[in-house]
Amino acid sequence: MSSPGDSPSSTAEPAETSASQKRSLAEGDSRGVFGDRLFSTLALLAGVAILVTLAFVALFLTVNSTGAIYQDEEGLILGAFLEYAYPLVVGTLIASLIALILATPVAVGVALYISHFAPPRLSKTIGYVIDLLAAIPSVVYGAWGMSFLGPALVPVYAWLHENLGFIPLFAGTPSQTGRTILTAGVVLGVMILPIITSVCREIFIQTPKLHEEAALALGATRWEMIRMSVFPFARAGIISGIMLGLGRALGETMAVALVLSPGLLTASLISSGNSTIPAEIALGFPEAPPGSERQAQLIAIGLVLFIITLIVNMTARWIVSRHKEFSGAN
Amino acid sequence: MSPTEPKTPTPASVEGPAGPAGQRSPKRGPGRGSSLTQNTMPWWIGPVVLAAAAVLGAALSSLITFSLALWFIFTAVLYVLISYVITRLRVNRRKATDGFWRNLVYLAFIIALLPLVSVIWSVTSVGLPGLLEPGFFASDMQGIDGSIDQQSQEEGTPVLGGIRHALIGSLLITIAATLISVPIGLMTSIYLVEYSRGGTLARAITFFVDVMTGIPSIVAGLFGGAAMAWFLSVGSSMGLPLPSRSTMGITAAIALSVLMIPVVVRTTEEMLRVVPNELREASYALGVRKWRTILKVVIPTAISGIAAGVTLAIARVIGETAPILVTAGFVVSTNWNLVQGWMTALPVYIFRQFQNPTSPNFSDPSHQRAWAAALVLILIVMLLNLTARIIAKVFAPKKTGR
Repeated sequence: MSSPGDSPSSTAEPAETSASQKRSLAEGDSRGVFGDRLFSTLALLAGVAILVTLAFVALFLTVNSTGAIYQDEEGLILGAFLEYAYPLVVGTLIASLIALILATPVAVGVALYISHFAPPRLSKTIGYVIDLLAAIPSVVYGAWGMSFLGPALVPVYAWLHENLGFIPLFAGTPSQTGRTILTAGVVLGVMILPIITSVCREIFIQTPKLHEEAALALGATRWEMIRMSVFPFARAGIISGIMLGLGRALGETMAVALVLSPGLLTASLISSGNSTIPAEIALGFPEAPPGSERQAQLIAIGLVLFIITLIVNMTARWIVSRHKEFSGAN
Repeated sequence: MSPTEPKTPTPASVEGPAGPAGQRSPKRGPGRGSSLTQNTMPWWIGPVVLAAAAVLGAALSSLITFSLALWFIFTAVLYVLISYVITRLRVNRRKATDGFWRNLVYLAFIIALLPLVSVIWSVTSVGLPGLLEPGFFASDMQGIDGSIDQQSQEEGTPVLGGIRHALIGSLLITIAATLISVPIGLMTSIYLVEYSRGGTLARAITFFVDVMTGIPSIVAGLFGGAAMAWFLSVGSSMGLPLPSRSTMGITAAIALSVLMIPVVVRTTEEMLRVVPNELREASYALGVRKWRTILKVVIPTAISGIAAGVTLAIARVIGETAPILVTAGFVVSTNWNLVQGWMTALPVYIFRQFQNPTSPNFSDPSHQRAWAAALVLILIVMLLNLTARIIAKVFAPKKTGR
C-alpha cells in the first residue's frame, strides 16, 4: 500500500500517484469482494445443506422401506406390512397417551407453582431443578423404570387387577416383573414432564401483569385470578406444550425398550405385551441383516413414526402461530 | 409497572384482597371481632391439619399394608380434603376453592420432585460402589465373560471390567458430531440473521429446522445408517478404498449431527439476533467489509451465548442411545478408529449391560457396571450444563461503559 505522503516523488507526478493509489484501493477492494462473496456463499450453502439433509432423510427412509411393501417374488405386500405395523402404531399411541394423561396436570401444576406460587427468589432455582429432569439421559430413565419403578408397581397392578379387573384395561394376568406398557407410560410421563413444564412456564410468566392485577383488584382470589387471566392467555401455549411433549413421547426409544417386555397387542395395560415403534426398531435393527426384508420393514415403520411425529409437531407450531396475533394483551 | 408503586408486586407475592385461607392473622386471640380478620383462619390451622392427615393416613394405610407410598398418598388426599372442608365451613366457598387448588399445585410440585429424587438415589446407591471398583475407568470389557461375573457375585471378588472403551467411543463420536454440526449450524444462523432478508429460503430453512428438532432420535439413526450404506456402495462402485460395512463411529456422528444441527441453529440464531445493530453499523461506517464485520464484531460479541448453546447441544446428544445403537453397534474392546469397525458409546454400554448382562444368570455385576456408567453419564451431562451456564455468565459481553 502506498499513500501520497510517504512517496518521495509525490510532488513530481501527482497524477501517477493518484492512479496507483486508485489501483491499490481497487485491488484491496477486489480481495474484499471475494471474501464477502465467499462468506455469503458459505452461509447460503450451510442453509441449503440443512434442507438437503432433511430431503435426504425423507428420501433414504422412503427408498429403503420399499422392500417392506414390495417384494419381487410376492408383489405388493401392503396388507402384510399394515398387519405388522398397526399393533406397533397402536402401542406407541397407548404409551404416549398414558404419558400425556399423567404428565399434563402435574406439569401445568408445576409451571403454575414456579410462575405464580413459589417465592420469587426461589422460582429460578426451582426452574433449574425441573430442568435437571430433562438433563437425565433417557437410557437412565429406562434403567430406573426397569429395575426400580417396575418392581415397585407390581403390588399396584395386582390390586388393580383384583378390584378393577372387570375393566378390560386391567384384565389379564398382572405382570410379575412390572415391565408393562403402563410402567413404560409412567416413565415416559416423567420424561416429558419438564418439556411441558418449561413451555407452560414461559407462557404463564408472559401473562400481562395488568390483567392479573385487574383481577386481583376486583377481589378475585389467587385461583380465580389464574382462571380468569392466566389460563385464557396461555391456552394455546399449554396445548402446544402438550403437543411437543407428545412428539417427544412418541419418538422416545430407550426408556420403552428397556422397560417394556414386548409382546403382542393387548388391551390390558398391566400384563406384559404391546410394543412401540421405537422400541421395536432399537431391539430389532442390530440383529437385522443389511438389505433384508426385515431391515426394510424396520425402516418403513421408522418412516411411519417420522410422519406421525411430523404431524404432531407441525400441529403444535400451527396452533402457536394461529394464536400469536391475538394472544397478547390487546 | 408504574413508578408510584413502592414495590413491584409480583403475582407470587400478591395475595388476593381476601387473602388465602391459611394467612397469618395479624391479631391473634379475639381477632374474630375485627372486620378485617373475620374472614381468615388462624395461622396454625395448616400444620395442624397436616399432622392430623399424616396420623390418619398412617392409620388408614396400615389397615391395608403399610408402605411409604401409600402413606404419602393418603396423607396428601386427606390434607387436601380436610383443609377444603374446614375452610368451606369456617370461611366461604370461594376461598375454600382457592385453597384447594393451591394445595393441588403444591402437590404437583412435590410429585414432580419424587422421580428426580428416586432416579438420583437409585443411580448413586448402586452406581457409586461400582464407580469405586479398581480399574473401572481404565479397563474395557475385553475378556470379561460370564464366569468372572459369576465368581464376583458368588464369592464377592471385585467386579472386573470397565467403561474405558465406552468413554473413548462417546468422546470420539461426540467430537466428530460437534465438528460436523457447529460449522453448518453456525453458518446457517449467520445466513438467517445477516444475509437473508426474510426471503422464502430463509423462511423455509426456519421451518425445516423446526421440523428437524422433532425428528425422533431413532429415525435419525436409521437415516445415518442408510445414508452411509448408500455412500459406501456408490464410493466402492467408483473404486474408492472404503470399508464394506457402514457400522462405524462416523456413521453415528452423522446421525447425531442430524439431531444436533437444529439445536445449534436455534441457539446461535437467537444469540446473533441480540447483537445490537449499532455495532454492525459502526463497523460498516469505518469501511469494514461485511464478512469481516461478522467475524470480528458480531461473533465475538455473541461468542458467550454461542459457546453456551453449543455446550448444551453437546449435552443433549451425548446422552442419546438409539441412534448410536443402530449405527455404531457395540463391542467389548477399545476402538480408536472412527472410520473402521464397531464402536461402543457410554449410553449404549448402559443399555447392553442391562438388556444382555454378561452372565444372564448372575446379572448383578453387569447391573452394577451399568449403574456406575449411568452415574458417570449423568455427571458428564450435568457438568456440561453447568459449563454452559458458567460460559454464558462469565464471558458475557461487558455492559459497562455503554
